[in-house]
Amino acid sequence: MVELKGTITMINGPVLKAVGMTGFKMREMVMVGNKKLIGEVIALEGDQGTIQVYEETEGLMSGEIIISTGRPLSVKLGPGLIGNIFDGIERPLLEINRISEGFIPEGIGLLSVDKEKEWKVKINVSENDILEAGQCFATVEETSLITNKILVPYGIKGKVKEKKQDGTYNIEETLVTIEDDRGKTHELKLSHEWPVRIPRPVRERLAISSLLVTGQRVLDMFFPVAKGGTAAIPGGFGTGKTMTQHQLAKWSDADIIVYIGCGERGNEMTEVLEDFPKLIDPKTGKSIMERTILIANTSNMPVAAREASIYTGITIAEYFRDMGYNVAIMADSTSRWAEALREISGRLEEMPAEEGYPAYLPSRLAEFYERAGYVQTLSKEEASITIIGAVSPAGGDFSEPVTENTKRYVNAFLALDKKLAYARHYPAINWLNSYSGYVKMLGDWYQEHLDEDVLELRAKMIRILHEEDKLQEIVQLVGEDVLPDDQRLVLEISRVLRIGFLQQNAFHKEDTFVPLEKQYEMLKCIELLYDRAYAAIKRGIPISKIKDEKLYGEVTKMKYTVPNDDLSIIKEIRKSIMEYYDYLIEEYS
Amino acid sequence: MFNLLLKLGELFIEGCDEMSKEYLLLDKIEGPLIFLSHAENVSYGEVIDITLNDGSKKRGRVIRIEKDAIVAQIFEGSSGFSVVNASVKFTGKPFELPMSKEILGRTFNGIGEPIDQGGNIFSNDIYNVNGRPINPVARKYPRNYIQTGISSIDNLATLIRGQKLPIFSGNGLPHNEIAAQIVKQANISEKEGEEFAVVFAAIGVKHDDADYFRKTFEQSGVLERVVMYINLANDSIVERVMTPRCALTAAEYLAFEKNMHILVIMTDITSYCEALREISSAREEVPSRKGYPGYLYSDLASIYERAGMMKQSGGSITFLPILTMPNDDITHPVPDLTGYITEGQIVLSRELFQQNIYPPISILPSLSRLMKDGIGEGFTREDHPDVANQVFASYSKVQDIRALAQIIGEDDLSELDNQYMKFGRVFEEKFIRQSFDDNRSIEETLDLAWEILSLLPKDELERIDPEILDKYYKEEA
Repeated sequence: MVELKGTITMINGPVLKAVGMTGFKMREMVMVGNKKLIGEVIALEGDQGTIQVYEETEGLMSGEIIISTGRPLSVKLGPGLIGNIFDGIERPLLEINRISEGFIPEGIGLLSVDKEKEWKVKINVSENDILEAGQCFATVEETSLITNKILVPYGIKGKVKEKKQDGTYNIEETLVTIEDDRGKTHELKLSHEWPVRIPRPVRERLAISSLLVTGQRVLDMFFPVAKGGTAAIPGGFGTGKTMTQHQLAKWSDADIIVYIGCGERGNEMTEVLEDFPKLIDPKTGKSIMERTILIANTSNMPVAAREASIYTGITIAEYFRDMGYNVAIMADSTSRWAEALREISGRLEEMPAEEGYPAYLPSRLAEFYERAGYVQTLSKEEASITIIGAVSPAGGDFSEPVTENTKRYVNAFLALDKKLAYARHYPAINWLNSYSGYVKMLGDWYQEHLDEDVLELRAKMIRILHEEDKLQEIVQLVGEDVLPDDQRLVLEISRVLRIGFLQQNAFHKEDTFVPLEKQYEMLKCIELLYDRAYAAIKRGIPISKIKDEKLYGEVTKMKYTVPNDDLSIIKEIRKSIMEYYDYLIEEYS
Repeated sequence: MFNLLLKLGELFIEGCDEMSKEYLLLDKIEGPLIFLSHAENVSYGEVIDITLNDGSKKRGRVIRIEKDAIVAQIFEGSSGFSVVNASVKFTGKPFELPMSKEILGRTFNGIGEPIDQGGNIFSNDIYNVNGRPINPVARKYPRNYIQTGISSIDNLATLIRGQKLPIFSGNGLPHNEIAAQIVKQANISEKEGEEFAVVFAAIGVKHDDADYFRKTFEQSGVLERVVMYINLANDSIVERVMTPRCALTAAEYLAFEKNMHILVIMTDITSYCEALREISSAREEVPSRKGYPGYLYSDLASIYERAGMMKQSGGSITFLPILTMPNDDITHPVPDLTGYITEGQIVLSRELFQQNIYPPISILPSLSRLMKDGIGEGFTREDHPDVANQVFASYSKVQDIRALAQIIGEDDLSELDNQYMKFGRVFEEKFIRQSFDDNRSIEETLDLAWEILSLLPKDELERIDPEILDKYYKEEA
């Protein structure tokens, strides 16, 4: 390949213009200037090209050269990703810290997964086997949880000519050589590269059919997120977006978690790095770091790399999906990504649409969320990518462009509420204006895995909460005492629901993750309390008797008092509810 | 005439090396910006020296390069400039400051030039004021709390060493006093023998405000441990944009090179953002919300994220920026974007201030994101997390009941509601209110909180672990 060279003519922050760019391709990765900064071509016009640079551009001069690499911005995919932390263009931050301790310098070049590290490889093809794209030809035990299945890269198929024996190899060594039907040979290694902006192919998309179990009651029972689904978590600052994302990353039952810290706080990534290795996954009993990949492009790191970090994250997710894993992506926060688009668009002097965001914001958001899905992979396995994106609306106002447009492309909307957060009700997911489009799709799943009446139960409880909201308006005007007793009961039960069920303590060892069975039994128990109390009220028993402090306290405290692995206490509570109201009805009849 | 000027522009004095080329003609002067063409070998972000024909010297910085035309901003402002009276020299260097421990006790202007009588700082340690992003893997997660002696902060929005915790204030509210009280009372250094220092940056503030801080530092006897960077309200706005960067460069040097514990106080971030907006509009950039540039978030992040602790060093930067919310509006872009970057916020309330309560800290929107890992057993006291949680929940209920009482009158409130009303009143009068000289220990603060929480019936305190509740709840005599 001929190395093409352009010359810088304009510098404006992370955006450059250059001439002599005729042979350059759109979205091609380039090396910028004497320091060889990494950049990407984002516009071409005649001889002139526009480049966004992923590193600090201070010190760059007009007249320095731009060198082509001939390939689009790509990431290297292979063993070594899991448990690691990368910047927005897949450069390992630990390695960067070894090169330059403490601060991230510019011009350290393109690094990616460790090339030296030797992996124990099992090769499971023999000579003369016919291999197709997406077929597994070798396996590596990457962590004790995850077997990395090495697949034939897309676009390659043919007959195995040569293969190495099982043994230890690094990611650059050729393991298998295959010859396609035109007689061309291809060398297969543990790693390959993939351009981040292009979705990896699948055989077909399947209908959504299973729940992403998160152990968070308000999600699993009220606003479920499906495997292969999309969800947005919008909320002003301090409402607990990151906290919720962390909880999902810790406890959801995906096989792999890709956590993208996009334009957020440095300390949050440090916290993940310190906390996650100590946490044990309830499903496997292993450290959750053994299934987690971190992408950190904090708010003070270059803005163009922030734009790329989302794509880097989803490409890595697709890589693991193709092996047949269920992957969940936490993108915190997609607003920062949108703002990076806005910032670069502004520097390009493009015509702005709403609030300065470029007109292509909705299409970029759509492209991102559409990479989620429940699919059949090329190797005919079922796998999924679930995207959970945090949104940070300016001023906490959900009518701003990023929230509005995100709403159009996600199926679950988990709205965080400032007022709940102020009262330290966490997770501060507002049950009135959140929604999940997966409830119906998951009906069969709930029936099969939990019980037949889950959806009915859910609808009933949500109705109570909605009724409470209406009643609260009246209470705000005239006080609670003037309401009829059946309405006061709605207030009491809602209080139990809110404190005893919806509120969940991330720092309590029993409450941080709750198995589905317990969630369901808790809700059933609250339902029983409501039904029995309601029946008693209809017999004219006053609310003061109906609301027995001790009984209501027991139900509210179920989340702490009932161990996750022993639900027998709930049975006892149910029994005391029955007994109490039987006794009450008897006394009043 | 035009041709003549053009020729003049191409004239330069050839010196011994290329760096000493001087350019004598400007194309355009607009606000604090100068536009110049035919410049060679200019690097982005480079500092320029300008000599006017009356002998006065100015400095500036290149902010845009297009072919051989450049745009530079002049730190001191462009007044006195004409297109022909300035000679521009490129230094080939980014904006850098020399650093040594000698800066302690000194006062500098907004671009790091000494304005006291102490002379220049000489050192071989030269630092680029823009810094470089801290690698997240090199950070140390902050976990140790700083006792400020202010109950509402210590209990409810605990300050952690290495945290960035802004004070969201409004014009006329006593944010300066609160910051001063924190400087006076906080145990900035961790153990005996560890050094601490205060870096103070005044960004576009009134002369009185800067003076107030100087006096406070003097009175609390820390003046020789304070480094001040002063850009007053009538100083140049370009300088203003550099002021926080100079101050944080000093803080980084002292914290990460000299292992000191640094408290950075910066006031007022709103002035900084306005300066940024002014320059942005002079550059004819596409505005986003309220005319602020689209990169305001990234720009603020490049300032705030410089706080923290690092594994390689024993020091820390605790950062208390102060900003005044225009029209007390917390959704204004400046507090809004700040809140998204910083690790919580302390919000001041005009309502409490008007009730003559000092410090008027509005506790519900105030938050410390790092407190969860720095309080409780082993740090402060076992009951701290629960107490904080309960105070938030109960006080938020007080707000609802007050709204109700406004409509139906206090007399018609239920017994329980009246208890809440009393709790709210006493809480504001005794817990939030404290004098400027009142330095409460964390034990005093927590005991006080229990005393006031005990005004509520025991079963209302549902956020508190039953064991802790039994241990600390004060049954009425």
